[in-house]
Amino acid sequence: MTRLVLKRLAYGLLTLFVVSLVVFLATQALPGDAARAILGRDATPERLEALRAQLRLDDPLVVQYGSWLAGVVTLDLGTSFANALPVSEYLAQRAVGSLTLMALAAVIATPVAVFLGAYSALRRDRAADHATSAATLVLAAIPEFAVGILLILAFSTGFLHLLPAVFAGNGQAVLEDPEQLVLPVATLVLAVSPPIIRMMRASMIEVLESEYVQQARLKGLPERTVIWRHAAPNAIGPVAQVIALQLGWLAGGVVAIEYLFGFPGIGLALMDAINTRDLPVIQAVTLLIAAVYIVVNLLADIVGLAANPKVRVSAR
Amino acid sequence: MTAATADTGAPAAPAAPPARGRGLLRTAWGYGRTKAGVAIAGAVVLTAVIGPFVSPYAPTELVGIPNATDVDGTLFGTDQVGRDVFSRFLHGGYTLVLVAVTAALAGVAAGAVLGMAAGYLRGRLDDLVMRANDMLLAFPQLVLALLVMSILGPKVWLIVVLIAVSHAPRVARVAREATLRVVEQDFVKSAEAIGVPRWRIMAGEILPNITGPLLVELGLRITYSVGLIATLSFLGMGLQPPIADWGLMINENRVVLTVQPWSVALPVAAVALLTIGANLITDGLARASIGIDRGVQK
Repeated sequence: MTRLVLKRLAYGLLTLFVVSLVVFLATQALPGDAARAILGRDATPERLEALRAQLRLDDPLVVQYGSWLAGVVTLDLGTSFANALPVSEYLAQRAVGSLTLMALAAVIATPVAVFLGAYSALRRDRAADHATSAATLVLAAIPEFAVGILLILAFSTGFLHLLPAVFAGNGQAVLEDPEQLVLPVATLVLAVSPPIIRMMRASMIEVLESEYVQQARLKGLPERTVIWRHAAPNAIGPVAQVIALQLGWLAGGVVAIEYLFGFPGIGLALMDAINTRDLPVIQAVTLLIAAVYIVVNLLADIVGLAANPKVRVSAR
Repeated sequence: MTAATADTGAPAAPAAPPARGRGLLRTAWGYGRTKAGVAIAGAVVLTAVIGPFVSPYAPTELVGIPNATDVDGTLFGTDQVGRDVFSRFLHGGYTLVLVAVTAALAGVAAGAVLGMAAGYLRGRLDDLVMRANDMLLAFPQLVLALLVMSILGPKVWLIVVLIAVSHAPRVARVAREATLRVVEQDFVKSAEAIGVPRWRIMAGEILPNITGPLLVELGLRITYSVGLIATLSFLGMGLQPPIADWGLMINENRVVLTVQPWSVALPVAAVALLTIGANLITDGLARASIGIDRGVQK
């Protein structure tokens, strides 16, 4: 077990390294170079030359990559072209904002989705089950920004002016005005829940048909004990992996949602950076999102291993 | 090749052979959800295809004051610069549908070839393909597309390539697993024994036997392609103004949502219905193919 986990860990680090290489090389493929991107088309050759020297653009690629990577490791991500702030400082509070949003969505979505999945398994082939099944099928298909717009149309326009359609305020105090968080969080919850619900339902049905559940029932245990003591804990194992994967998806999924609601997080920072061609910020945000994604996938792998008794025992 | 798979009574029974080819489509058609999906997605695709021919105005024609809902001669009013919302809606679908289907087909084709080759030839190729896959999967699809497009600029061919490339590893995994199950069977071994070249075994023996999972993947990939492309356009990284495009319409008009909801509501509804329809069809195919509920994953 430990060896398998260590192997996955090493593999995750390798992936992260390759991703950093991809991010770096992708930004090198820019037509012209960073100096021209900063100074614009009308820059004089002397100024371009001076800035190139300042940014060390004349060094060989390997050296540039090395110093960039060293910077990443020490959290020195360079200076933003657009607002002259150090990137790590600029992104820090935005990252907190995004993480708050993601954490709220995760904390709400996970128990609700697990409960709904278990409930529809218990009411298999009844109206409630069919309704949940149809709802998850529909929600799993619609792109998340469209879910957000439908929520805005329903709750912020027309007759119901219940909730604000956009987020006003800065990233430092996102929790100060909880009313503004309702729609973004609700959108994310609706976007991540369907696969969890479906997996929980399938897993629960399988467990409910197993012999030990039958045995527990035959012992005369009350149905509530059978379900919540015997069936549910065993059904959650395979679901844990799906939950972890969905939380990883959140890291990329927040981009469109933050853009839609004007929420001051890393996703909106990425879109702003793309519009101003702010390379250090683009590099930092894509690397950050990929890192979160890789770490969560790694956790999903480990959870999957831990939930599988065969692996747990045989590979000790 | 038997077409008798259509009447395999209990699809969940382990003994029932997986439906394939035409039998699969017939089984899938038997589910109500498939019919609903075909009706919904069909209606949206029809709107997208016929729309440009029946629209009352040109998509870039100015017909009245901006952001009005009660302009004479228009059904849903005008957008943020005074163009007819309904005409732009009718013009805005076919590029989305075309690009999404092309990207999904390319991604599934590439993934199927890679997955089959990895699963059948095994060895070093298998390792290489699957490791490269894992690396590609380390990027969320949307972020990969945004990273590359932010550097090379938003172009239609680039969207197709990027989405196909990000679909391919996901399809390859499924194709490889399906191939591994087929390779063990006797007809593959006997074909090998009489010396059929390997590429012909892949094309003639393995491919026909994994069409079920591949069709399901195609449906799933079309669903996600529509979503991704619409999201990219919505983020301003897809088709560029003044082209009429559903995602772009949403992006352009979302600030005036409260005054002129139609210019956002129509394209959002179309995108949502298209993805819902495609997903319903996919679900029908999945049920026909494996007979169990599919855990949908983003």
